[in-house]
Amino acid sequence: MRFVFKTSYDADIRWFKHGAQMFWYAILLAIMLAVPLYFMATGDPYLLGEFTSVLIFAIAGMGLMLLTGQTGLVSLGHATFMAMGCYANVLLLNAGVPWLISFPLVGLLAGVFGTIIAFPVLRLHGVYLALATLAMSILTGDFIILGEAWTGGVSGIAVPDISIFGYGVNKYANPYAYYYVVLAVVLIVLAFYRNLLRSPTGRSFAAVRDSEISAQAMGINLTRTKATSFFFSCAAAGLAGALFGHNATYVTHETFDVVMSITLLLMIVIGGLGFIHGAFLGAIVVGLIPVLIANGRSFLATTFDVNINIPGLESAMFASILIGFILFEPMGLYGRWLKIRTYFELFPFYRKDMFRRQKSYLKTERVK
Amino acid sequence: MDFVQLVVSGLANGCVYGLIALGFVLIYKATEAVNFAQGDFMMIGAFVCVGLTNAEYMGLSFWLAIPLAMLIMAALGYAFDWGVLRHMSGQSQTSIVILTIALGFILRFAAGTIWSHEPVSLETPFAGQDLRFNGIVLGIDEIAIIVVTVVLTALLFLFFSRTKLGVAMQAASQNQLAAYYMGIPVKRIQSMVWALSGAVAAVAGILFASKGAIDPSAGLLGIKAFAAAAIGGFGSLPGALIGGLIIGLVEPFSSRYGPPGVSQIAPYAILLLVLIFRPGGLFSQSQKKKV
Repeated sequence: MRFVFKTSYDADIRWFKHGAQMFWYAILLAIMLAVPLYFMATGDPYLLGEFTSVLIFAIAGMGLMLLTGQTGLVSLGHATFMAMGCYANVLLLNAGVPWLISFPLVGLLAGVFGTIIAFPVLRLHGVYLALATLAMSILTGDFIILGEAWTGGVSGIAVPDISIFGYGVNKYANPYAYYYVVLAVVLIVLAFYRNLLRSPTGRSFAAVRDSEISAQAMGINLTRTKATSFFFSCAAAGLAGALFGHNATYVTHETFDVVMSITLLLMIVIGGLGFIHGAFLGAIVVGLIPVLIANGRSFLATTFDVNINIPGLESAMFASILIGFILFEPMGLYGRWLKIRTYFELFPFYRKDMFRRQKSYLKTERVK
Repeated sequence: MDFVQLVVSGLANGCVYGLIALGFVLIYKATEAVNFAQGDFMMIGAFVCVGLTNAEYMGLSFWLAIPLAMLIMAALGYAFDWGVLRHMSGQSQTSIVILTIALGFILRFAAGTIWSHEPVSLETPFAGQDLRFNGIVLGIDEIAIIVVTVVLTALLFLFFSRTKLGVAMQAASQNQLAAYYMGIPVKRIQSMVWALSGAVAAVAGILFASKGAIDPSAGLLGIKAFAAAAIGGFGSLPGALIGGLIIGLVEPFSSRYGPPGVSQIAPYAILLLVLIFRPGGLFSQSQKKKV
C-alpha cells in the first residue's frame, strides 16, 4: 500500500503523483525511443510502420479526447479536421513553405477553422452537436471534390516528403527517422495536453462536462470554454491529419470519410473516456485488430485448412468488442487498469462498488 | 408533366425517410436515446421480408409476409432494449450513441452474411405496374408508399392519443420518475417503444425494397433520415414526417434543376442550416434549461 500524503496545493497539479510513477513513465519513454533500434537490427521495418500509424491515431485520439472526454462534447466529424490539416499541409509544402513552419501553421489553421465551424453549432448540445458534426463529416468528401483545383478531387493528390533543414524524411526510404518525427509530435502534444489539464482552462473543461449549469454558476463562460476546447482539439486533429498524409503519401476524397470519424470516437471509448491514456490504448486496439484478424486467418488456413473469408468481419468484430466494453466496462481499458491497480494498492480493502456511478432518472427538457 | 412525376417520386422517397425518422423520434421521445442503427433496422426489415416472400427463399405470400416481418422486427427491437439497453440506464447519451452505431455495424455484417452483399429486390404483386392518365406515368409502388405512410401515421396518432398504452408511453417519455410513481412499468414500456419503432422500420424497409433494390449498405440511408428528424425537431412525430418529405422533395428537384453535385449535398446542407438557425428544428419543443 502506498500513501500519497499531500502537504501543499501543488501536490494536486504535479506532473507525476509520486516518484515511482515518474520512474515507470521514464522507462516507457526509453522503450519508445529504443523501438526503432530493434527493427534496425532485424532489418524489417514493417511492424514499425504499424507502430507509427498507431502513434498518429493516438494524436488524433488525444484531440478528440480533449473535446469528448474532457469537455463532454461529442464530435462525429473529426476526420474533417484531419482532412483540413492534411490538405493545408500539402498545399503549403507545394507552395515552398519549409515543413518546420508549415506543420505548426497547419495545426493553427485547423484550430481556427474548427473554432469558426464550432461557433454556430456550440449552442447545440448532446445529440444535435453529434448530428451537425456528422453532417459536416459527410460533406467533407463532396467539398474536396468541389475544390478540385487545390485538392485534386477524385484523382487525389500526392503528399510531398518531410524535409527538416534539407534532411528528407520519407516513410519508405527512412522509416526510422519518420518514427522519431511522429514520436516527437506525440510528446509535444502530450506535454501540451497534460499541462492544459493542470491549468484553469482544463479545469473549466471538466466543469462544463460535468454540469453546464454549475459551471455557469461558477462564472465560467460556456461558449468561450467550448470554443477553446474545439480550438485545441481541432489543432491536434489537424496535426494528426498532416502526419497521416505523410504516412499515406497519397490522399483522395475518400481518405477522410465518415467511417474514420466514427472510428476515432469508438477508439477513445474503448480506451477510456476522459483519460489521456485512453487515447493511446484505443489507438493500439484499433491498430492491432486488423493485424490480429489477418494473423488469425492465416493461422486457421495453414493449421486447420479452414478458410474464413467473410467481408465486413473486421468491423463486426470491432463493433462487438465495443458493445462488450460499453456494457461491462464503461470506463474503457484504462478504467479496467485503474480498478486492477486500486485492488492491489488497497489490497485487502478493495470493495466492488468503489467505482459505481450514481443512478440517474430521465427528466426531459421537452414539455409536450 | 415532368413536375408531377418529380413531386410524386420525391414524396415517395420522402415517405421512406419520414418513416425511418419516425422510428428515431419514437425512441428519442421515449428514452432520450438516439438510435443510430434505425436505418439498419429498416434494411434488416426489408431483408426479412425478402427472405419470407422471394421465391428463392421461403416463397410465402406477400400479404402474409408483411405482418410476419413486422412481428420479427418488433421482437428484435424489444430484445435489443431488453438485452442491452436496459443495462445502460443512467449512463451518458454518448455511450448509447456509440452503442447503436456499433449495433449498426453488426446488423450490416449479419445481413451481408445471411443474404449476401448483392442488391435484391422484393417480389411484390404490384411490381412494375404503372398508372397512366393524361400522359402522366405514376408507378403503383410510389402511390402505395404514400398511401401506406398516411394510413400508418393516422394509426400511430390514434394509438398515442386514444389507447392506454400510448398515453403511458407519452408519460414515460416526459418524466420517468413521475411515471414510476403512477405505476407505469417504465422499463417494459421503453422496450415496447423499441418494438414499435422496429415494426415501423420494417414497414419503411418493405416500402423501400418494393420501390427498388436493397443491399446491406442501404442502412446508411438512415443518415438522411436523421436530417429529416432534425429538421422536424427530433421530438415531434409530424415534424419527422414533414422533414422527411422536405428532404425527399429537395433531392429530385435539386438534381433536375440545380448544378451537378448539389443534390448530394442538399440534404446535409439543409440539416446544418436548420441546426444553426433553428437549433430546435422547425417544430421546436425544447425550452431553455432552468435550475
